[in-house]
Amino acid sequence: MGEMEELRKEADNLKDQITEARKVVQDTTLQEAVAGTTLVGRVQLKTRKTLRGHLAKIYAMHWGTDTNCSKLCVSASQDGKLIVWDTLTTNKVNAIPLKSSWVMTCAYAPSGNMVACGGLDNMCSIYNLKGKDGNVKVMRELAAHTGYLSCCRFLNDSEIITSSGDCTCILWDIETGTEKTIFAGHLGDCMSLAVSPDFKMFISGACDFTAKLWDIREATCRQTFSGHESDINAIGFFPNGNAVITGSDDATCKLYDLRADQELITYQDSGIMCGVTSLAASLSGRLLLAGYDDFNVNIWDMLKAERVGVLAGHDNRVSCIGVSSDGMACCTGSWDSFLKIWN
Amino acid sequence: MCDHRCFVYEIVKMSGSSNLVAMKKIVQQLRFEASINRVKVSQAAADLQQFCMQNALQDPLLTGVSSSTNPFRPQKVCSFL
Repeated sequence: MGEMEELRKEADNLKDQITEARKVVQDTTLQEAVAGTTLVGRVQLKTRKTLRGHLAKIYAMHWGTDTNCSKLCVSASQDGKLIVWDTLTTNKVNAIPLKSSWVMTCAYAPSGNMVACGGLDNMCSIYNLKGKDGNVKVMRELAAHTGYLSCCRFLNDSEIITSSGDCTCILWDIETGTEKTIFAGHLGDCMSLAVSPDFKMFISGACDFTAKLWDIREATCRQTFSGHESDINAIGFFPNGNAVITGSDDATCKLYDLRADQELITYQDSGIMCGVTSLAASLSGRLLLAGYDDFNVNIWDMLKAERVGVLAGHDNRVSCIGVSSDGMACCTGSWDSFLKIWN
Repeated sequence: MCDHRCFVYEIVKMSGSSNLVAMKKIVQQLRFEASINRVKVSQAAADLQQFCMQNALQDPLLTGVSSSTNPFRPQKVCSFL
């Protein structure tokens, strides 16, 4: 009992130390620092394509990155299908039937050779798109999580990171189908993850209201960011890898700087009272596109923290959003079963 | 507003040696997180702003895409797949 009490006191002291250390470097605020910068002009994006084919709610989408597939994307729907789309022609390149229709996430490998998905089956299934006979088959089923799969992202063709409702994230060896590293520390369901541009780190957002930065090879949690007042549903890196953007059920998005180890600004509006479901940054990082429960996407000037545009076009919740790797377009996926391409 | 503290107390409410181990891990993790070097916010903000400015012209969603160079516009779509 005595030792527990001592440890509790030490934890409190360390927490205070961190708060103090963050204050020490807070010589200004982002708001003050960009006071002289002009607000971005009104951003008006139009729907250029509508991808029709899913028969139920779309839960996730992810753009391809390889030069051969920078205009391809994969989407996952609770109609039990993964569809790989050619967004230029709106053709379905692949329509992959899933064993479990309760899918919550999908990912495109950077090489373009594979896609992955998972959900209430607690597994991450890897599909080989470039099989010899042209058929797309399950290559691996990664099973070890004791909770739903909320997000997955490939590092390369042999490694993938998953986040789960069991409060952990796992780095997998796809070849052997085994866990390389388990990242434990969150005290609530992990809802989302994003890999840094240099592939050395990843960030996770969870239902414990915090975001954590993990060093993939050292297998450690480097930093923890608090401030949100509800579950973090969406997370992403600022394009230069030095900052993290989160979206939460508390109706706000936040920007945390990794080197200053603190929140720089909150993206909120008294008129927005519903949760953030998804987010993506434009190529320069200047625009933050965030999907909300009220069926809209709000576009924020990331530096000035003001709304500069809205994408209204879906008839139900926007569940996922992504900006293509060349920054040319943004894709939104919705519970209305459609994906839209905007620019 | 809920912070680390809420969850630390939740673990303390439970009893048992496994929770002593868990608590030690929490303290160890906090020590690690407390020890990192931090950059001034003025520097961090300046760097973010500079990145935005430097890449602004290469950001199609920000600058807009003219219909002649927009691969998603319906008219002449010439794609090399």
